[in-house]
Amino acid sequence: MSYAEQLSMTLPELVLAVGAIVLMLVSAWGKQAATRGVSIAAVFVLAGAAVALVGNGSSGGTAFDGMYRADAFAAFAKVLIYLASAVAIIIAPRFFERTSGDDLKPEYPVLILLSACGMGMMVSASDLLLLYVGLELQSLAAYVLASFMRRDTRSAEAGLKYFVLGALASGILLYGISLVYGFAGTTLFNDIAIAYAGPRNMGLLFGLVFVFAGLAFKLAAVPFHMWTPDVYEGAPTPVTAFFASAPKVAAMAMALRVAVEAMGPAVLEWRQIVIFAALASIVLGAVGAIGQRNIKRLLAYSSINNVGFALVGLAAGSAQGVAGVLFYLAVYIVMTLGSFLIVLQMRGEDGQPVEDVASLSGLSRSRPALALALAIFMFSLAGIPPLLGFWAKYAVFEAAVQAGLLPLAVIGIAASTIGAYYYLRVVKTMYFDEPAAPFGREPALVEGGLTLAAAIVISPVSLFLIAPLSAWSLTAARALF
Amino acid sequence: MNGFPILSVMLLVPAAAAVLCLFVSANGARWTALAATLVNLALGVLLWANFEVGGAQWQFVEAPALGDFGVFRYALGIDGFALMLIMLSVFLMPICIGASWKSVTNRVPEYMALFLSVEVLMIGTFAAQDLLLFYVFFEAGLIPMYLIIGIWGGANRIYASYKFFLYTLLGSLLMLIAMIYMIQTAGTSDIPTLMAYDFPAHVQTWLWLAFFASFAVKMPMWPVHTWLPDAHVQAPTAGSVILAGVLLKLGGYGFLRFSIPMFPEASGQLTWLILTLSAVAVVYTSLVALVQSDMKKLIAYSSVAHMAIVTIGLFAFNQQGIEGAMIVMLSHGLVSGALFLCVGIIYDRLHTREIARYGGLAINMPRYAVFFLLFTMASIGLPGTSGFVGEFLSLAGTYRVSTWAALICTTGIILGAAYSLYLYRRIALGDLVHDDVKAMPDVSGRELALLAPIAAVVLWMGVYPESFLAPMRGDVALLVARIERAAPVSDSRPTPGNPAAAAAKAAEHGTGAAAAHGESH
Repeated sequence: MSYAEQLSMTLPELVLAVGAIVLMLVSAWGKQAATRGVSIAAVFVLAGAAVALVGNGSSGGTAFDGMYRADAFAAFAKVLIYLASAVAIIIAPRFFERTSGDDLKPEYPVLILLSACGMGMMVSASDLLLLYVGLELQSLAAYVLASFMRRDTRSAEAGLKYFVLGALASGILLYGISLVYGFAGTTLFNDIAIAYAGPRNMGLLFGLVFVFAGLAFKLAAVPFHMWTPDVYEGAPTPVTAFFASAPKVAAMAMALRVAVEAMGPAVLEWRQIVIFAALASIVLGAVGAIGQRNIKRLLAYSSINNVGFALVGLAAGSAQGVAGVLFYLAVYIVMTLGSFLIVLQMRGEDGQPVEDVASLSGLSRSRPALALALAIFMFSLAGIPPLLGFWAKYAVFEAAVQAGLLPLAVIGIAASTIGAYYYLRVVKTMYFDEPAAPFGREPALVEGGLTLAAAIVISPVSLFLIAPLSAWSLTAARALF
Repeated sequence: MNGFPILSVMLLVPAAAAVLCLFVSANGARWTALAATLVNLALGVLLWANFEVGGAQWQFVEAPALGDFGVFRYALGIDGFALMLIMLSVFLMPICIGASWKSVTNRVPEYMALFLSVEVLMIGTFAAQDLLLFYVFFEAGLIPMYLIIGIWGGANRIYASYKFFLYTLLGSLLMLIAMIYMIQTAGTSDIPTLMAYDFPAHVQTWLWLAFFASFAVKMPMWPVHTWLPDAHVQAPTAGSVILAGVLLKLGGYGFLRFSIPMFPEASGQLTWLILTLSAVAVVYTSLVALVQSDMKKLIAYSSVAHMAIVTIGLFAFNQQGIEGAMIVMLSHGLVSGALFLCVGIIYDRLHTREIARYGGLAINMPRYAVFFLLFTMASIGLPGTSGFVGEFLSLAGTYRVSTWAALICTTGIILGAAYSLYLYRRIALGDLVHDDVKAMPDVSGRELALLAPIAAVVLWMGVYPESFLAPMRGDVALLVARIERAAPVSDSRPTPGNPAAAAAKAAEHGTGAAAAHGESH
């Protein structure tokens, strides 16, 4: 295979990397004034990367001696990642302008691009070291983004916390990688699979446990979830929206590929870990959310809860299960971005952001459309039909039942009733409670438009999306098997 | 109906009206909702008129090519059971709108929109021919009811709305897992196909229990009935009417459509469970109803008792029992709906549901007292009213399976007479002692228009139940033929020394199941 052909498979990452470097130079010379231009250009770069997926970028096969895969699975995840990254760039300027008195810096879109590039490598990697490089590229950009509001102590704390715990997670993962390498003699997924198919060996087993622990950390699955609420609360809201969407997709896709391609033969071993993480995340995410008063913390626990549901699909370990996870992720990022878009529009009369759940009181009377949209997202996250969130849950539980994991399915779905309680609490606050101080009414065309789009995607109007989306996710999942 | 998609139109009319309601004024929303529900009532009458009694099992079948959503299919069709329950829904809906005409003044457009969406979801639940489509309609109904109870309910509405939502959600989710399993095992989500599919007997038991978790809560059966009194008491009048009138029927419909035909062996094995829970429910909830001081709570507990008569009839595994259960469902839908309206009428005047605050209403509200008496009698099951037909058939059917259950449930009916008459005595009879009660005007024209149609149908069903039984007869026969092989052994097997004719005659007569019970042993 010619070198040019191999490069053409990595075209999306190339577009992002070159775009990020060029825009970094532009922002270095253009300073603050270039922010708007850089932001717009960054969105176009993301669109360009998505276009670059067509052809070799999504169906090229294996490149660089088996280190990189350009398949339908990676393409599915990348489309979601680029979409979420673009939204994170679009919603940022107004937030910074109105909140910190400190306008958006042009580095923000550049960091998002770098992060997206790293995430692309994560989902395409079929080698543990390339995977690690991608992960670090994504994480380093994310640490900076978390502390992007320099004058805000909560933001700085979030960045530091994220960095320390993220470094710890990277260490655990790297330790697992070294064990796997030591006992399998390779870092390539295909060859690792051969080693796992052979006789059982304690070193490989420990490697598997540490790799999964590291992945669980990145996914924020229980018991490695503790950093999530603090980081989500402290980071600037657009960054939180980004954290809750794109990196989740990347980390989950990476976990799927490692589990299936590298450690597929050891499915009985890692299934136990995944089942535990899934149930613990569903229950703890739900119980933890009940007492939260801050909407961002509540959504952080909701993301833990949702990761648990997505892991139910992984536990199935089948193509059906992977397809279910992808379907779940696609619906999840729309719901979660939609919810954060509404958090962005929660501003007091003075324009400062409000994060209390209680401040939503009576929203159905002061801002009926906004309340309706949030109610749609909440009911959807709770998994009430006919909203799309129900079909996402259906997809993963269908796979679990098909794989014969009936106890997991029964306990998981019964625990989703606990989750329903706190989603209902938000609806109750908006619809049943007496109105609190109304939010400031400033035109928010961008946020409003995106919220509307997300709400339409989740609402029953979009039931026709189910068939194409499940077909697409199944094609993507088959690429792994 | 030569290709006219009448069921889809019946879904579309209230759905479109619900959206329209959100964009008009309070009065506009009232009239829009009334017009839409009346149009649907007219469509329902058309549906009934065109339903071919003794024709195909599934009629008005719609399965448009466009309706394939990958995971599930949009497919509608009804049999006699569904037809009757759809008729009940479309009949009660305009009455609900009328009942809220003056009592709801707050956020009227949303209120009307939510009620119309409840109507869409109810008709959809009864007409769905795809397992998942059924689930979607069944479960989505939680959202509008949650909002109706939570926004327009009484003082403790938030607690009641949570309890209602979470209780029913937990039950339904277990059913969902069972549905997924069934779809994968049988390879289809088509309800008519699944109704003829034979699952292995040991699997049936688990599936049955999962469905039971959902329907027992919806029904509601003792001991998972506790959400009902809370929801009823806190809901606005029309919300109570629709809850008691139609939403409680979803449980019975579920048993009839899913549990019994799909898992006949499991149903046969677990009949003892249903009969025990029902027998306990009839006696226990009737005793609880006897000591209530809140009118709505009393009627709510009486609903639980009546629903227990439905479940024993359904699990009698014979023609009379199932027909009786359906008639009790229809009758209870009308009668308890009407009783809630009666409560609503005096609540609107005095703003209290405390029974002790009333008394002597027959003196200053004679017309009201007449209606209230009629519905009380129908609730007791007086011959000539709809309640008698249903309870008699249901108990006669049960007697052939379990004389004990029939005995205990008949005792419950006596208790039912006790609490109903006691309620009537405290509300309508006696002296007018309270001045504010004395000042209450008799029913207005609007209220008369709400009660009179229900009264007419209650009498119609009591005097000539054949109109309602005829469309269902064929379906009951099919169902009995399907489940016969699994019918539980009756405990009243006549011995040679005790001729069969005598026992059969005693069962036919119903001259007190207790006496007959003594003979059979």
